[in-house]
Order: sequence, then structure tokens, then C-alpha cells
Amino acid sequence: MTLPLRVRALILSGIFLALTLGLWELSHKAPAAAGEMTEYEMLMGAASEEAAVPPPSKIIAHAWAELSNPFYDAGPNDKGIGIQIGYSLQRVLIGYLAAAAVAIPVGFLIGMSPLMYRALDPFIQVLKPISPLAWMPLALFVIQDSEASAIFVIFICSIWPMLINTAFGVAGVRKDWINVARTHELGHLRTAVIVILPAAAPTILTGMRISIGIAWLVIVAAEMLVGGTGIGYYVWNEWNNLDLTSVIFSILLIGVVGMLLDMALARVQRLVSYAD
Amino acid sequence: MTRPFLEVQGLGKTYPSPQGPPLTVFRDVNLHIQKGEFVCIIGHSGCGKSTILNVLAGLDTATTGAVIMDGQEVAGPSLDRGVVFQNYSLLPWLSALKNVTFAVKARWPRWSRDKVAEHSYKYLEMVGLTGGAEHRKPHQLSGGMRQRVSIARAFAIQPKLLLLDEPFGALDALTRGVIQEELLRVWSGTNQTVFMITHDVDEAILLADRILLMTNGPEARVAEAVSIDIPRPRQRTSIIHDPNYYAIRNHLVEFLATRSKELAGTANPDGDDATPQVVQFPTQGFPRPVTPAAATKAPIGAPTSSAKG
Repeated sequence: MTLPLRVRALILSGIFLALTLGLWELSHKAPAAAGEMTEYEMLMGAASEEAAVPPPSKIIAHAWAELSNPFYDAGPNDKGIGIQIGYSLQRVLIGYLAAAAVAIPVGFLIGMSPLMYRALDPFIQVLKPISPLAWMPLALFVIQDSEASAIFVIFICSIWPMLINTAFGVAGVRKDWINVARTHELGHLRTAVIVILPAAAPTILTGMRISIGIAWLVIVAAEMLVGGTGIGYYVWNEWNNLDLTSVIFSILLIGVVGMLLDMALARVQRLVSYAD
Repeated sequence: MTRPFLEVQGLGKTYPSPQGPPLTVFRDVNLHIQKGEFVCIIGHSGCGKSTILNVLAGLDTATTGAVIMDGQEVAGPSLDRGVVFQNYSLLPWLSALKNVTFAVKARWPRWSRDKVAEHSYKYLEMVGLTGGAEHRKPHQLSGGMRQRVSIARAFAIQPKLLLLDEPFGALDALTRGVIQEELLRVWSGTNQTVFMITHDVDEAILLADRILLMTNGPEARVAEAVSIDIPRPRQRTSIIHDPNYYAIRNHLVEFLATRSKELAGTANPDGDDATPQVVQFPTQGFPRPVTPAAATKAPIGAPTSSAKG
């Protein structure tokens, strides 16, 4: 009897997970039995054990506690994980949508006009490889607002993949389809909407997927710098608290949210893709 | 004589080449096409027939000469000239129906949605694409079905001139035969002028009123215009019994096999401004009245040549 590939893969994933968690759990030494403490231990308040990487069981218990009440707000240093994620998502979405609003029209322009492509290419080539966080000091100085600066960093990092993919997709639209538009006397705007946009949409969406991935990577780092709120700030804050359980929990949560963002765009991409 | 519907005057295409002299693909192409005429053009690859079609469509420009349709010079593409390309050129993200409706909407922007749909359905019905198939995307259709959609789209916009660029080249022989007859059926109900490229001699005889023969490139020209006077309606099965069928076929094959090469690079003996030599095959037993000079000389069933300036 052979199970479908999907089921077999699922079983194997489960085994890998159980093995990893099991080994991790076993490798974790239980705190030494309460006995005579050395002078050092007494000085450290028996904290050395507490500071070790926590076992999965603790993390799961912590995750359960956090996720069962994700939106509590007990002052600036104690907010629910849902609120922190919410702040991060809000920044990412604002920066990302602003980037799309700029990148897609400019990408169209570059893709449709060889002149604009050549004229703008040097700027893109120089600006693209700059680490988004390198913009942070300049953003903070010019914008004078840490919140807006974080959004600007998201904007600047998510603009390039969308811009380049849009230009690439638009420039690569099959000549035949353009000819169909021409023989049907479609104007520039209607050609762009009726023919070029749907033809280039899968490529544009690929750029958008890459961008959301990068934006989610960058927001964590940006929030560590600007502080205050957000999942990046949360990770750093828990590190300062030496609460590794929370750190590991939030790392995993960052991964899950990133995956969900990618899945959402993958779904949109499926909607606009076409078989030729 | 009234002015022909479509006039091609001294058309030529030359590509500059970085090394050596510029390359002239074809030159001195002079054609007259009447309203409602079905004209096929045959020639070897590289003789520039696709370029000629693209110039007629307004998608390409010629180096010399001009195309005048209905008294107006062709400059740029227009809904007056519909094009069917070999690779169908359907928009793959639209259903068959939408591939037609977008064209109909472009042609008649003021029509209501219902009228556009009704008109599009009418033409899809003509090519036998209804009953659910019209809602499929091109990749869900066979090659033959796709080309039917393409033909429906071209006829639906009712262009003054229909340009077919080897429309059946990518289809298997059986499908090709079926669609050829469908094309004939759809065409015969209209007064549609058609200019079509083909590589298939039998297809050309079946469809055309006139077959233009091109010499090999470079410096290709249209050497002959063979009139096909086989009565219509024509059918694949019966046309081969026409007394002139094999005479015409042999003439075409012989031209393509040998004379297209021999005539390559030569000038039109009647002068560069002249239209191609007319070749006619008078109906056996009932010689068709042609130009008086040709009629007296023509042996029955044999090609007669007459220069028409």
C-alpha cells in the first residue's frame, strides 16, 4: 500500500519535527537539584540555569499563554504579541503599498520606453544594492520621526524587486499581443490596461512576493533600531530581559507571519497567472 | 477602369547591413486587389511575403512604395484591416468569447454590452465554437479551435481587408482541411477582401481567386498572378475533379520548384512599374473571354500569359 505523496511528506515532516523537538528537549538539563549553593551561585541568584536555552516544552507553554491573550496592553513594556505583530504589519503594509504605488507605474514606464530604461538604469543599479538600514540615519534626520523612518525603510527596500520585475514583465510582453492591440487601434492607456497589465501580471506579482518577503525581513531589524513597538522591538526587548523563551517564541512567530504573507500573495499570483 | 480597392505601388524593403551593401528583401511589388477578391501569395521562406502582409496591416513600413486602400494611404495599423497570425495571437488570459468581444468593443465602442455579446456569439457560431467551448481559455482549446477563434475575431470586426498570415501553417493536415472549408463558408457569405499567405499549393487553389507567385529572395518580386477560375462553391473533394485543377497545380509546383529560383533577382520584363504577369487557365471547352490578344493565342487548358500594365 502506498500513500499519496502529500501524506507521506506530511508524515515525514512530523517525524523530523518530533525528532528535533525530542532531541532538543532531552539535551536540556534539568535544573540541578536544590542543594548547597556555591558562593557564585548565591551571588548570581541561581540565574545560570535560567539563562540556558529553554526546552521546547517551556516554549510551547509560553506560546500558549501568549496566544491565548494576544492583545493585552499593560504599559509600554508589556503588550500582547498580537499588538506587536499588528504594529509591524501596519508599518510593512504602509511602506509596501507606497512602494507598489511608485514601483509599478515607474516599472511600466521603464518597460515601455527603452529611453527611460537607459536613463534610469544607472540610478537603479546604484540604489538597489544599498542595505535598507543604511538609509535609517538619513531618514531619521530628514523625517525626524522614528515611526515614519521605519516605514520609509520598508518603502525603500520593497521598491526594487517590484520595479525591476514590472519593467522586465512589461518589456517582455510578446510582440504578437502588442500587435493585436495595435491592429485593434487600442490607445496607449487601453493597451496598458487590456494587454500589457494582464500579460505582465504574473511577473509583477513575482516581484511583489519578493518585496513582501524582504519587507518582512527588514521590519524586524528596523524595529530593533527605532524601538517602541513592533515584533522586532519585542525580540530585542526580551533579549534585554534575558527571556529566551519569549525570544524563541517570537522568532517562530516572525517565520509564521512571513509565511502567511507569502501565501497570501501566492494566492493572488495564481489568480493572475495564465497558461500559454 | 475604376480604381482598384487595394493598390500596392512599387513596394520594396531594404535592410541596412553593417558590412557590405544593404540587403533588399523584395522590390517593385505592384498589386491591384479588387473588393471581395480572395488573393493568396506563395513564395519560399525569405522572399518577404510576411513583410508585405505586415506592411499592408500597417505593422511594418516599407522602404519604398506605398499601399493605398480605398483611396487612402495605409499608415499604421487600423481596424479596417484585420489580421490573423499563424500563432493565433489570442490573449491567453481571456476566454475565447472575451477574445472576440474585446475586438468588437474596440470596433464599436458605443455598442451596448448585449449587442457586443450577441455579435461576438454570431461569429463564434459561424466557426462552430459554442456550447461551452466559448468560455474556455485558449490553452484549453486545440490548435484548430484556437485558429477558429482567431478567424471569428477577424471576421467579427468586419474589416475592409482581411490579412491571413499562414493561418493554417501550425495545424495538422486533417484539421487544416476542415478549417479551410469553414473559412470558405464564412467568407462566401460576405464580400470580404482577403489577402493570405500560404505555403500550401492545394490550399491556395481551393481558396483563392488569384494566386500571386513570388520569386526567391533577396530582391524578390511578385512574378506571376495566376487566376483561379474554378467555379465556386468549391469543395476539397470535388475541386480535384475540375479539368483545370492539375494544370494549375502543376504550374504552381513547377514555378516553386524551379522558376522561382531562375527568376530570382530578375526584373519584371514589363518594367518595374508593371503588375505581375497574369496567367489564366480558361475553362475547358468554354474558353473564358480574356483580353483579345490572349484569347486568340491560348490553347485550351494551357496557361495563357498576358501582361496587364
